[in-house]
Amino acid sequence: MATLQTQISPSSETFHANAERMRALVADIAEKAVSVERGGSDEARERHQGRGKLLPRERLAQLLDTGSPFLEIGQFAAWSMYGEDISAAGLIAGVGRVEGTEVMVVVNDATVKGGTYYPLTVKKHLRAQEIALQNNLPCVYLVDSGGANLPNQDEVFPDREHFGRIFYNQANMSAAGIPQIACVMGSCTAGGAYVPAMSDETIMVRNQATIFLGGPPLVKAATGEDVSAEELGGADVHTRLSGVADHYAMDDEHALAICRRIVKNLNRNKAVSLNLQKSNPPLHDPHELYGIVPTDLRQPYDVREVIARVIDGSEFDEFKQNYGTTLVTGFAHLHGMPVGIIANNGVLFSESALKGAHFIELCCQRKIPLVFLQNITGFMVGRKYEAGGIAKDGAKLVMAVATAKVPKVTMIIGGSFGAGNYGMCGRAYSPRFLWMWPNARISVMGGEQAATVLAMVKREGIERKGGEWSAEEEAKFRKPILMKYEHEGHPLYSSARLWDDGIIDPAKTREVLALSLSAALNAEIEETRFGVFRM
Amino acid sequence: MFAKILIANRGEIACRVIRTARKMGVCCVAVYSDADAKAMHVTMADEAVHIGASPVGESYLRGDKIVAAALATGAQAIHPGYGFLSENPDFVDQVTAAGLTFIGPSAASIRAMGLKDAAKRLMEKAGVPVVPGYHGEAQEIVLLASKAREIGYPVLIKARAGGGGKGMRRVEHPDDFSEALSGARREAKAAFGDDRVLVEKYVDKPRHIEVQVFGDNFGNAVHLYERDCSAQRRHQKVIEEAPAPGMTPALRKAMTEAAVKAAKAISYSGAGTIEFIVDASQGLKADRFWFMEMNTRLQVEHPVTEMVTGTDLVEWQLRVAAGEKLPKTQSEITLSGHAIEARIYAEDAAKGFLPATGTLHHLKFPDAAPEGATIRIETGVRAGDAISPFYDPMIAKLVVHGSDRQAALDALGSALSQTEIAGSTVNTAFLAALATDTDFSAGDVDTGLIGRHQEALTVVPPPSGETVAAAALAASGAGVQAPSDDPWSSLSGYAHFHTVARRTRLRHGEEDILARVSVRQDGRFEVALDAPYEAVNSHDLRAVPRLARWPGHITVFEGATSYNFAVPDPLAKTDEAAAASDTLRAPMPGLVKLVRVGKGDAVTKGQPLLILEAMKMEHTIAAPHDGVIAEIAVEGAQVSDGTVLVRFAEQDQG
Repeated sequence: MATLQTQISPSSETFHANAERMRALVADIAEKAVSVERGGSDEARERHQGRGKLLPRERLAQLLDTGSPFLEIGQFAAWSMYGEDISAAGLIAGVGRVEGTEVMVVVNDATVKGGTYYPLTVKKHLRAQEIALQNNLPCVYLVDSGGANLPNQDEVFPDREHFGRIFYNQANMSAAGIPQIACVMGSCTAGGAYVPAMSDETIMVRNQATIFLGGPPLVKAATGEDVSAEELGGADVHTRLSGVADHYAMDDEHALAICRRIVKNLNRNKAVSLNLQKSNPPLHDPHELYGIVPTDLRQPYDVREVIARVIDGSEFDEFKQNYGTTLVTGFAHLHGMPVGIIANNGVLFSESALKGAHFIELCCQRKIPLVFLQNITGFMVGRKYEAGGIAKDGAKLVMAVATAKVPKVTMIIGGSFGAGNYGMCGRAYSPRFLWMWPNARISVMGGEQAATVLAMVKREGIERKGGEWSAEEEAKFRKPILMKYEHEGHPLYSSARLWDDGIIDPAKTREVLALSLSAALNAEIEETRFGVFRM
Repeated sequence: MFAKILIANRGEIACRVIRTARKMGVCCVAVYSDADAKAMHVTMADEAVHIGASPVGESYLRGDKIVAAALATGAQAIHPGYGFLSENPDFVDQVTAAGLTFIGPSAASIRAMGLKDAAKRLMEKAGVPVVPGYHGEAQEIVLLASKAREIGYPVLIKARAGGGGKGMRRVEHPDDFSEALSGARREAKAAFGDDRVLVEKYVDKPRHIEVQVFGDNFGNAVHLYERDCSAQRRHQKVIEEAPAPGMTPALRKAMTEAAVKAAKAISYSGAGTIEFIVDASQGLKADRFWFMEMNTRLQVEHPVTEMVTGTDLVEWQLRVAAGEKLPKTQSEITLSGHAIEARIYAEDAAKGFLPATGTLHHLKFPDAAPEGATIRIETGVRAGDAISPFYDPMIAKLVVHGSDRQAALDALGSALSQTEIAGSTVNTAFLAALATDTDFSAGDVDTGLIGRHQEALTVVPPPSGETVAAAALAASGAGVQAPSDDPWSSLSGYAHFHTVARRTRLRHGEEDILARVSVRQDGRFEVALDAPYEAVNSHDLRAVPRLARWPGHITVFEGATSYNFAVPDPLAKTDEAAAASDTLRAPMPGLVKLVRVGKGDAVTKGQPLLILEAMKMEHTIAAPHDGVIAEIAVEGAQVSDGTVLVRFAEQDQG
C-alpha cells in the first residue's frame, strides 16, 4: 500500500493560525453542546428528578453498555428555531450498543416542554427511524412525552412525514424484522400511545408510565367518569389487564435493565461480509487537521492531508491519480474496514466526474462502502466546459451516487455548494450518515457568487432603464445577501433543520466515520443496479 | 512395596498421599461420601469407592465400609491420613483382621498413647519429662491442695475427661484453690459427667514445640527435628514452622532425645509426633520442656519437616508399613533452611474465626516463590469446589521454604498476597497480618500470642476507594466484551462532545454503594463515588486490578485481603411486582373449594391460601408475598373472573 506523506509543517505560522481558528470553532460548538445536553430548565429537571425519574441522558447511559460509543444524531436540532430553547428538539437520538448489539435509541426529554413533538421533533424521530431502517438497527424508544405540541399541530400532525409516519415506520420495520422496543417511563398520551402499542415488546414503569388514548380530563369530559391516570392507564392496568404492555418495572433502573434483557434476547448477529483487516491508527496525528484546513474556504489545500489523518496507517491506494485530479479517489481501510474514498481537491471537471462515477462503479461491484469528503464549490462553468458536456458528465456522477447501494457516508469538511453537493452525496442522495465540520458552509452557491449574480441581474435591470448604479450602492446591495448566505450556510443553521446528522470535531472524523460505517454494516450490502448513464 | 493402597481420607491429605504413592508406582483407591463425589481426591485416584452419605459418621468414620472397599478393590494397605480413623485402634484391629496392612503404628501403640494420663505415666517411667502434676485417683480437696503446693503455683486444675477448656481453672494463689476447684468440678460434671480433676503446673508463656519421630518394625526410631506450632487460635494451629525460632542446641538435644526415647518406649512404628509444652518465659531452656501427648499419625503440618529435612514422610510411611527399614539413619537426617506452613481456612477471622462455607468460585495460588525460596501448595480443592459444613473448612496449606526464617516469612507474605480465593470468607488477611506481626516475626511466639493480638490481627480495614472503584468498574460490565477491532467495541465511550456516567450499584457488607462510571476522552474509565470514598478515581483498564467475578459478586484482592462486593441484580426487582398488589383475584370463574387460612393469619410467600375449582381443575392460589390476611373468600362461594379472593392487610411496600 502507498503511504501518504505530509507536506504540512505544524510549526508554520499558517498552521498555527488555522489551528487557532478551528479550535475556536470547535470550542464554540462544544459549549453549545453543553447547553443542549442539559435539556430543559433547571426547574423542569428538578421536578423530573423529584418524581424519582432519571434524566433522559442518564436513562440513555443506563440503557447502553458501559463504555458504549454513542453516535448521536441531530444534537442541534431546533437550535435557535422556536424562539426558545427546545434542546435537541426535545428528543435524544443516536446509535449505541446494548448487550453488544448496535441499536437506534430514541429518548423523549420530558424536561423540554413535556417532551412534546415540535415539527423538528417529528423530523428527528423520523430521521432516527430512517437510519434504523436503512442500517437494520433495532429501535428502542424511551417514551416520556405529552404527544404532539398542540400550538404546532398543523406542522406535526397531518402530512406524510408527520407524526403518523412514526407508527407507519414502526409497523414496517417490525415487518422487516427490525425489532421495535418501547420502554414507557412517563406519559404516553393519545397518538403517542401507539409507540408502545405498535412495539414488539413494551415495558412500563409503575407510578410513572401511563398509556391512554384519552387522559383523565378527556374521560371526565366525555363520560363523566372520575378516574386517576394510574387507574386509567398505569403499568399495572396495562401489564395485568389490557396487555398493552408486557413488562412491569419498579423504577427507571429496573425498566432499563429489562430493556437490556430484551435486546439480549433478540438473537441478532452482525454478519459483516467485508474482508476486514487489523485496525491501525493513521500515521499522522488527526489533531493536525485543525491546522491544515485554511481559514478561508476559497484557499486550496491538498485533501490527501485530510485523508492521511483519517485512514488506517495513512495507507491510500489511489485510483486514476493522474486523471481528473480535482477529485481524489482511492481505496483505504478504516478501523480495518475497506472503504472507497472520494474527496474533492478543487472544482469538478468532466474528467473528475467521470473518474468519480468509474470509482463508484468499482466500489459497488466490489461491495466496498463509500466515504465522501465533501469540499466543493461546484462544477466548472464556461463555454468550453458546457460544450465539452460537463452537464452529462456531472449527471453520470450524480447517477452513480444516487443509485449506489453500498453504504455511503458523507462528511462535509468545507464548502457544499450547488450541484457539487449532489455529486458528492449530499443529503438528498441518502448517505447513511451525513456529518459536518464546524467550518463547513452549505448553500446553493457561495454567498459571493450569489451576491454577484443578483447584483448583475439588478445592474442589468437598472441600466436597461437607463439608470445608474454606483459601486457604493452595489456594495450596500450585496451586504445583506452575503450575510444571509453566511447565516443560512452555517453548520448550526443546517443542523438545526436536520439537513445533516450533526456537527463534529474534525479531530474525531476517523471515529465518526468508523462508527457510521460499522453501524451501516448491520444491513446486508445490496447489489447495485445503475440507471442509464448519459454518454 | 504395595501394588495398591486405599486412602481412608479426603481433601488435601488424600491428594498428598496419592501424589507420593503415584511417584512410587503404587495404585490408589479413594473413598468418598455423597458430598465428595466429584472431589479432587476422587478425580486423582485410580479408583474410587462410594462409602456413604455426607456426614462423617456415615462415611469417613465407617471403618467397616472402608475395609470392605479395600477388600473389594484389592488394596493391600490402608493409609488413614490424619483425623477420622487415623488414631482409632479398633479400626487398626479391623484392618489387620481383614488381612490388610494399616499404614501407621500398631493398635497397641495407639492405645498406649490414647489416654493422656496413662501416656504421661508411661513417659514418666521412660524418663521423659512430663508437666509436674497430680494425676491420681484420690480427689480429696486437702490432698489436691497439698499436691498443688508441691507442684508450685500457679497451677492449672483440669477435668480428667477434659478437652476444649471446659472444667479448667488457672489458680494463682493457694487461697483461691478451693473455690476454683469446686468451679472446675461443677463444669466437668456438667460437660463430661465426670467431676474428677487433675492438677498441673501452669506454664507461663507456653510454647507448643513438637518433635517428628519415625520408627520401623526393626526397632529403629529416629527424629526429624522439631516444629513450632505455638501460633494457635481457638486451640488450633494456623501457622507452623521448622525449626522452632530461638531453638538452642541444648534444648533440641534434650527434646529430640526424649522424643526418640518415647517412641522407643512403645516400640513405635511409622510417623508420630511427640508434643511438648515449653516454658519460654526465660528463653528456651533445656530443663523447661514437658511431654504433652503423642500423635500417632502423620500431622497436618508434616510438610515443614519434609522441607527442612528433604524427606518425603509419606514415602517413609509406605516403606515402613511395607516392611522396609527406615530410609535414613539419624546421622543422615540433616536440617536445612527454614520452612513455614500457613493454613488457609474458610473462616471469618473478624468474627472470632467462625467457620465459613461456600463455593470456591475463584481459586488461584501463587505459581512460584520469590527467588531463592520454594513453595508447596497442599490442597484438595479446585475452583468450583464447595467448602461444605460436613468437613474441616481448610482450603489449602501454603508451605514455603527459605534459607532462613526471614526469607521464609517473606516468601509466605508474598505467597499469601498472590493467593486469590473468592466465594467464601477466608483467613488469608489474618495469616498475612500474623506473618508480619512484630512479635511473631521476631520469633517471640507463644500459644497466647494470637489471643493477645487478636484485634489487630483480625481487623479488616475498609476497602480503599480504588478497590471500590475497581469493583464498580467490573460490575458495570466495562471491558466484559472481548477486545475487537469493531469501532463499536474499540472506540470506548465515544461521544461527539460529552459522555454521561452510567450508574452501578454495589453492596459491601451492610453498605450500599452507588458508583457512576464514565469514559473519558482518552478511553480511560472514571468512577465517581460518594463519601467516604475519594470523589473520583481514574482507572485504566489496561492496569487490571486483581479481582474475581462470581455469581452476583465481585471480589477484589488487595494484597492478602479480599473484599467481597455483592452486585444486586437489577432484574431481581421483578419479584416485587407481585408485592405491589394487595389483592389476589380469581384468574377465572370457579368455585372456592377449600380455604386454608383465615383472616388475620400471617402467611409466607408461596404458601397455598385456597383452592379454586374451575373447568374441572383445581387451582391453588398461593401467597405472592409475605403478609397478613385481611379478607379471604368463603368456602363454597362461586366466584367470577376477577373477583377479589384475598385481600392483604396494608403493609409497608418499601
